[in-house]
Amino acid sequence: MRIGESIGLEMGKATRDAFGHELEKIGHERAEVVVIDGDVGNSTRTEYFAKSFPDRFFNVGIAESNLVSMAGGFAANGKIPVVASFAAFLMCNSYDQIRMSVAFTHSNVKLVGSHAGISIGEDGPSQMGIEDVALACALPGMTVIVPADEPSARVATRSVMDHIGPCYLRVGRPSVPVVYNDGCSEFCLGKAIQLRDGKDVTLIANGLMVAMAMEAAELLAQRGVECRVLDMHTVKPIDQEAVAAAVGETGAIVVAEEHLQHGGLGAVVAYAASQLSSNSVPFRYVNLGDQFAESGPAEGLLEKYHLTTKDIFQAAISALESK
Amino acid sequence: MVSETTEGVEHLEQMARRLRQHIITMTTAAGSGHPTSSLSSVELVSALYFGGFLRFRAGEPEWACRDRFILSKGHAAPLLYAALAEAGYFPVESLTELRKLGSVLEGHPNMLRLPGVEASTGSLGQGLSIGLGHALSVSLDEIDARVYVLLGDGEIGEGQVWEAAAAAAKYRVGNLTAIVDHNGFQQTGRTEEVLDLSPIEDKFKAFGWHASTIDGHSLEAVLEALSDAKNYPSQPQAIIATTEKGHGIVPLLKELNDENFHGQALSAEVAEKALQHLGKVS
Repeated sequence: MRIGESIGLEMGKATRDAFGHELEKIGHERAEVVVIDGDVGNSTRTEYFAKSFPDRFFNVGIAESNLVSMAGGFAANGKIPVVASFAAFLMCNSYDQIRMSVAFTHSNVKLVGSHAGISIGEDGPSQMGIEDVALACALPGMTVIVPADEPSARVATRSVMDHIGPCYLRVGRPSVPVVYNDGCSEFCLGKAIQLRDGKDVTLIANGLMVAMAMEAAELLAQRGVECRVLDMHTVKPIDQEAVAAAVGETGAIVVAEEHLQHGGLGAVVAYAASQLSSNSVPFRYVNLGDQFAESGPAEGLLEKYHLTTKDIFQAAISALESK
Repeated sequence: MVSETTEGVEHLEQMARRLRQHIITMTTAAGSGHPTSSLSSVELVSALYFGGFLRFRAGEPEWACRDRFILSKGHAAPLLYAALAEAGYFPVESLTELRKLGSVLEGHPNMLRLPGVEASTGSLGQGLSIGLGHALSVSLDEIDARVYVLLGDGEIGEGQVWEAAAAAAKYRVGNLTAIVDHNGFQQTGRTEEVLDLSPIEDKFKAFGWHASTIDGHSLEAVLEALSDAKNYPSQPQAIIATTEKGHGIVPLLKELNDENFHGQALSAEVAEKALQHLGKVS
């Protein structure tokens, strides 16, 4: 059964498609938007922008370091440069350039990492951005967004472009189920979206894992467990209030993300919770752990590396048992 | 305040001497820094700021039509600060605040803290790319501004420099000039021994740039090369400036048995001798 099918979610486009289409739309509205590409525009979907605005699109070849520093130069002149590449190559190959010309200078540069997570599948671990969120969050002043589906990725793209300051937007390769069939008008940077309320446990997720968290919540409901589900699309700055409320009102937390365990959403949520005066609630994590994945079909990979609805369900049961 | 367009070489020689004195004074006051890496670039920066090449307004640092100077070899910050002070961005008296806690004159340039600094540098190899971004951006806005990027000869070992070189040629960026301070030394020794990237001029030419090699301490040669650089509207230009690390105080460095003298300040005693020595330069 595909992700989201058990609760009747329709399949939508990939979040990279949503980003690409919305960026092209924004290009019509804002002349200051420029896009710098490392020859992957047909993967990141900046190709739509390139077609409409060839004069504002710069394909500088396979040279991520150069393209990020160039973005710093554009931003210094009031442009809003969008730098899109594979999450792995953008964050890992040009990290020092991001540090110097985006974060340190607090430049209005928009970094977009596509093909994030292990769900890119067959291309294998060298192409999988699994540490990108941790790297982005480590940089002072960086806003870090991981949208769940096509509608929220569209709104997230617009929010990132409206925000003044450096941003990292993480998008994925595969088509994903639509969680927000109403268009996600409630999306606001830094504010978790509560998709479901319950008193027993909170499932906090982002990206692809949001649809799975919704499925897990339904399975848990069948057992009489009432789940709160939060789409924590903004990893940084984390929604402290939502974390505090989840800890205080539900008393058990599960954090699910398609990312390594160190420095991702789980770590950020745990840090936020640890600042609370009372924080002795059980935490469980659904993530890739401390390992690289391998090649294979996305569904098989997600199952093998324990990133499924079932894994979230079991983590919730485990957390509840420790309450 | 717009800089004058024509200044005599004699005036520039005096300015070069002043910049050298500032570099010695401020690094010795700080007790650290890179005076010798700064001294090799003095004529290049003097000609840019005070020889009529950079159009700038010290009272309006963000003036959209200004020419941009990017110090990619960020460790030569003392030279940049000295030039900015002499150009009127801030009082010359502030120069001795270099590297002090709370000072905007940080060890390496920080554009967020000091007006006139066009790029935050200090991690080598990134300035040419930043300059390319500036050059393309002003062109998009149809602003007639030029971008000058000063690089070190050790710095060009960073692969990113050549990524930028290729991209600048692709976009036929005529308003971008790279100046390589070829002083022959990097942190641990001679560039030809650490990583020999000669012939530098030929490398830039191979990437599609106009390139020439000059005596980087001859103000006449520097002025001529900067003038010539304006003649290539659809081709980036590289000026390879052959220089001497620590130029102006080399005899003193020889007395110290350290021709390179990288990344350290002169003692107060040696600095005093250096200032006297520079004072004698005509």
